Amino acid sequence: MAAHNPQLGPDGELRHLLSIEGLPRATLMQILDTARSFVSVTEREIKKVPLLRGKSVFNLFFESSTRTRTTFEIAAKRLSADVVNLNIATSSQSKGETLLDTVANLSAMHADMFVVRHASSGAPHLIARHVGPEIHVINAGDGRHAHPTQGLLDVYTIRHYKTDFTDLTVAIVGDLLHSRVARSEIHALTTLGVPEVRVVGPRTLMPPDIEKLGVRVFHDMREGLRGVDVVMMLRLQNERMSGALLPSSQEYFRSYGLTPARLALAKPDAIVMHPGPMNRGVEIDSAVADGPQSVILPQVTFGIAVRMAVMAILAGNG
Amino acid sequence: MKLHIRSGRLVDPTLGTDAMADLFIADGLIAAVGAPPPGFVADRVIEAAGQVVCPGLVDLSVRLREPGFEFRATLDSELAAAVSGGITRIVCPPDTDPPLDEPGLVEMLTRRASSLALARVHPLGALTHGLGGDRLTGMVELSEAGCVGFSQGDAPLPDQQVLMRAMAYASTFDLPVWLRPQEESLARGGVAHDGEVATRLGLPGIPAVAETVALAGILLLARATGVRVHICRLSTAEGVDMVRRARSDGMRITCDVSALHVHLSEMDIGYFDARCRLTPPLRSGRDRAALARGLQDGTIDAMCSDHTPVDDDGKQVPFAEAANGATGVETLLSLALRAGDDGSLAQALAPVTTGPSRALGLPAPTLAPGATADLCIFDPELWWKPSLAALVSSGKSTPFADYELRGRTVHTIIDGRPVFDAGTRA
Amino acid sequence: MPTPPTLPDAELSLDHLVSRMRGAIGADTALVGIHTGGVWVAERLHAALGLPTPLGTLDVAFYRDDFRQRGLKPDVRPSDLPFEIPGRDIVLVDDVLYTGRTVRAAVNLLFDYGRPGRVRLAALLDRGGRQLPIAAEWVGDVVDVPADRGMIVLERDASGRLSLTMEEAGGGA
Repeated sequence: MAAHNPQLGPDGELRHLLSIEGLPRATLMQILDTARSFVSVTEREIKKVPLLRGKSVFNLFFESSTRTRTTFEIAAKRLSADVVNLNIATSSQSKGETLLDTVANLSAMHADMFVVRHASSGAPHLIARHVGPEIHVINAGDGRHAHPTQGLLDVYTIRHYKTDFTDLTVAIVGDLLHSRVARSEIHALTTLGVPEVRVVGPRTLMPPDIEKLGVRVFHDMREGLRGVDVVMMLRLQNERMSGALLPSSQEYFRSYGLTPARLALAKPDAIVMHPGPMNRGVEIDSAVADGPQSVILPQVTFGIAVRMAVMAILAGNG
Repeated sequence: MKLHIRSGRLVDPTLGTDAMADLFIADGLIAAVGAPPPGFVADRVIEAAGQVVCPGLVDLSVRLREPGFEFRATLDSELAAAVSGGITRIVCPPDTDPPLDEPGLVEMLTRRASSLALARVHPLGALTHGLGGDRLTGMVELSEAGCVGFSQGDAPLPDQQVLMRAMAYASTFDLPVWLRPQEESLARGGVAHDGEVATRLGLPGIPAVAETVALAGILLLARATGVRVHICRLSTAEGVDMVRRARSDGMRITCDVSALHVHLSEMDIGYFDARCRLTPPLRSGRDRAALARGLQDGTIDAMCSDHTPVDDDGKQVPFAEAANGATGVETLLSLALRAGDDGSLAQALAPVTTGPSRALGLPAPTLAPGATADLCIFDPELWWKPSLAALVSSGKSTPFADYELRGRTVHTIIDGRPVFDAGTRA
Repeated sequence: MPTPPTLPDAELSLDHLVSRMRGAIGADTALVGIHTGGVWVAERLHAALGLPTPLGTLDVAFYRDDFRQRGLKPDVRPSDLPFEIPGRDIVLVDDVLYTGRTVRAAVNLLFDYGRPGRVRLAALLDRGGRQLPIAAEWVGDVVDVPADRGMIVLERDASGRLSLTMEEAGGGA
């Protein structure tokens, strides 16, 4: 049974942003084009537009992340929305209230948009299924599943530096198994027509059947980086650095750390990306992170414009 | 009570026959087929024209949720649901609260069940105390109290020495052991089959080897101890192959599969459909096909419902946090017919009648005179939807809620006594 | 069916507009076209008037008052004002002046870049039907087209020639 894509309305318009998977290329392009206009807004003296005036955006963070929450907060405020931040990890959930009760309560406060971060894959889908038709849900990261705005800001960044997606080779390196960022990047890149997406990492951090997402799997970093236009590094979580998945962070760096020597195997004008926060000396050498090919800080700037674009498009869809 | 079932299509999966005939029941037994026995005066005539009359269904896994989980379902509600699905005999796993590890608990359950006079209930006793995996239960006492086998339910038994000793002890008294093959350390943390869909949705995976590693251990230990083993809920293609080989090597094993796994695969999870949160997890399309083939070629004896009433709160949560299981007694018949679509009706019904009876060591159910009159009479052309309103069970969650299913029970007869009549259905 | 209103030749309207504006515009004055038609008109004016200050462009999508009814149009372009705004003498250029709502949005947008010295408005065509207290300093031509007759749209062909056409009713300003 092919269920209807729950992100799209009856006319194919974007109702929620839950995952990049299954979104039409035209929708992704609209988000990227709109974001470009918001980048110019963020360069003005008054970095605010009145689009979401009088709307309430609730940041529902069931898993704490100051960084991501802040970028959504800035994006919403630059659209003139009222922003309410809720760290639910520390409030009602610990009192035994269910996820849907929490959402029902907040809906009764006339929320217009929920930005949801949750440790369980699919939690934003569940919320989207249960909110009223006037409420939009944006996934700000769910379990290992998706982090669609990160995926979008990554392809925005690639487009900024590389212009055409259809002749690129992109390598995503690191802990693919646990990475929601990687999954969103893969869907964004393949939807936009990138002909070769590579994933690079040890077998313990590679999910099964990942090639069915349209990627080539490499276990040798040098082979994986050869001739690529874009290197997208993933963060290695502290708790994975030693144990049964990996022996140690030092050993990981030996095989999969991005050093200047390894980066030299990529195209000379290759760009280096990282979703942050970086573990210097674990997945990336400081010389690369701070080097001329790094576009890690522009990613952050573009991230705000991309989130503004997503919110504006959703709010405009009723 | 004497019953005359008139003009039904009698399908006997044991004899492989399929013919229109009248059926006469007296004193809980089938008295005659075709012409009435001399002097037969029916107390009641059941018109069965256009309907199929077959032996009652035998379901090898039905969770009644009593004792301990009465908020989810009760014996009354679930046995009523079972007979409304044409099921006349059920096996219930020991994973109640407390688990069925004391004869008193088993006797209470069977007494409650027989006082309801609905489906016949065969409890499985706990293999270890409290299903804790370390201390053996009093299997002899428990079997005298009515346990037909011994099981851990879905609880792990990580210590291979305990497992081996449990098997050796059970085999001393020729008591069967029912085991679901899953190596806990390989399944730990997983919520879905470790394949394409889990990768796509970012769900922690349970690899197929979690089943096959455990199954290999069970088969080797069973051979070493000589115990009779019933393998519960096979889910992988490799698992089916291993059982097929073990049987051709002459091992005394039987096995079952759940109807869910015969019809669904990981793809049905779609966008995190928590109704498909099951244990074992729904596996790949290749595994599903192998299970269906295993049923057809007889490698797998029985298809069970693995009936597990789960309330709304258990499913209205993110997929990984959802409770395992689905309601199933009311859909088992339709799903058996659906699985056996390309063969005869008798073949389609075998995995829910003769197959599970064989696994239980009971005589093959038949419609021949002299057999116990446990019957299901169903309308093979009735289409229905197992929607919330249509279900009798307290558990309403099923992945088939939106399916149009074919075939529905009209009468259920146990021991020659009508216990369900579709006329009472809302 | 009512006869379609006669629309002026856009190229002639442009000539009228140029002749009216010539002399009234200083070297420091910046022309700012409103996407899309207004930008085409502004480009032509900029060349014809030989202005030294580079041309600015605005997309008012983020300031429209019908966002809640119609959502965000799919082809928003970045606004580009390649000069300092504070104190600047600015002429907004639009193709068809109608309800005045687009101009209202453009003025608001402009002020988010800084406080201009003066803002005036030039339009190729004034079709009447104002819903806000807004008037143009210069217009090329004036026609009176009732609201129910639809939208007047400026088009540009491959050679750069401008023309005005009627589009059937069904939209706002």
